[in-house]
Amino acid sequence: MIRFNHVFKRYEGGYDALKNISFELNRGEMAFLTGHSGAGKSTLLRLIALIERPSRGEAVVNGQDLTKLPRRRLPHFRRDLGVVFQDYKLLYDRTVFDNVALPLAVTGTDPVEIGKRVRAALDKVGLLSKERVYPITLSGGEQQRVGIARAVVSKPSLLLADEPTGNLDAELSDEIMDLFLDFHHHGVTVLIATHDQRQIARLNKRVLKLAHGELEHDSHADTPRSTLL
Amino acid sequence: MKGWLKRHREALGEALARARRAPLATLLTAAVIGITLALPGGLFLGVDNVQRLAQGLETGGQVSLFLKQDVSDAEAGKLAEKIRRVGGVKNVSVITRAQALAEFKKHSGFGEALNLLDRNPLPAVLVVEPARLDPEALGRLSTELGRDPRVEIASLDLDWVRRLHAILEFARRAVAILAGLLGAAVLIIVGNTVRLAVLSRREEIEVTKLVGGTDAFIRRPFLYSGLLAGLFGGAAAFLFVGIALALLSGPAQELAALYGTRFQISGLAGLVFGLPLAGAALGWLGSRLAVGRHLRLIEPK
Repeated sequence: MIRFNHVFKRYEGGYDALKNISFELNRGEMAFLTGHSGAGKSTLLRLIALIERPSRGEAVVNGQDLTKLPRRRLPHFRRDLGVVFQDYKLLYDRTVFDNVALPLAVTGTDPVEIGKRVRAALDKVGLLSKERVYPITLSGGEQQRVGIARAVVSKPSLLLADEPTGNLDAELSDEIMDLFLDFHHHGVTVLIATHDQRQIARLNKRVLKLAHGELEHDSHADTPRSTLL
Repeated sequence: MKGWLKRHREALGEALARARRAPLATLLTAAVIGITLALPGGLFLGVDNVQRLAQGLETGGQVSLFLKQDVSDAEAGKLAEKIRRVGGVKNVSVITRAQALAEFKKHSGFGEALNLLDRNPLPAVLVVEPARLDPEALGRLSTELGRDPRVEIASLDLDWVRRLHAILEFARRAVAILAGLLGAAVLIIVGNTVRLAVLSRREEIEVTKLVGGTDAFIRRPFLYSGLLAGLFGGAAAFLFVGIALALLSGPAQELAALYGTRFQISGLAGLVFGLPLAGAALGWLGSRLAVGRHLRLIEPK
């Protein structure tokens, strides 16, 4: 699903955000991306979502070579990708329903189908009763669940999350992480950037640890699995 | 095709909803575009009508043949008969020396002075009406008729018609230049309005791009907003022209009455469609020019 081979990301001014990153995430796998702030977690996620391009190296996501994908193909690439943000990135002048419906609206999905799938997604995150309200009236945990519903409503094969529990207390964090785990059990590839060690320990999944822009540790490499993924 | 129609209907709906959410801004933009378009629209109508009026005057184009003093009335009649058979001549009327004198006495106010003269100083005149009102053909006819030895002077007073034509051509071109400039102003007005709208929706555009919205999808409501602004502006321009005409119609009638004619403005029907159509086209183009560039600059962070 994701294959990085000696990937570098250098910003203007010579700052190296990512240095020589190589890893592979198989289809259906779930992994945590961890490390101190400034270690390059967000940069790595931004490269995968093609918000930024790698400076050097080979990066393939969902069969698409990120260094070569033309700009006009970008929207289609992102449609098979769900992204969850720490600050939710909801649109506050639209109802919860319209927020979640956005990924389907941009593809010109039939309104009846949109209704069904938005309600299914909201049901999944436990917010079906809130479809008519505006996000500003919701709590942080609820807003993040709206963000997750929006990320999964188009049934993407890859789900990315950048500090999804960063603004939430422990109990809400558990709920959110359990949602990701559930999507993973349904076959979705999940990559979550977090520095929440409690969640990492609780869920016991593969961990990619970044330090100073380098991949310091990959738990998957220590414990090779017998199953072919 | 069905999908295409649906996408555009949704974009139009979104643009209308945005206009409804900011009624004052929508109204002000329409008013500014309206004033900008009303000026060339009204001037165009004015030039068009003066031209129509001039065409009516042109039917008076005629050749006056002033005969020599020694040509008798009978001779004049014979000459008139001869000219009637010339190609391109519709009618010839004879004003005898006596008639000319009577008319002159009546209209000039020099009647008493003329009585002092011992003989009639006025020549007989043949008024030749041409079949067609082509200035060039008229000129040729005039020269040809002037060659007759009995004719003293052949007068063709077309100069003022030519001058009027020149003035109208000048006015038409001036209006066209003005229309071009003000059309550009509409492009800038709409472009700037749409630019601000794009910037105020930066977040929405970012998120839409993140979930896979194409540039075309994001652009469409902005294009319809521009088109609607132009359309409303064009309608406002028509309203302004209509009000101006209503205010001017009284004095215009009075002026026409002083010249002994009646004057009815025409061509307003063309502006009903022309102004909103021109506005819509300019609005669409203005937003197309503005939105493409700014959309490219807004990318998710």
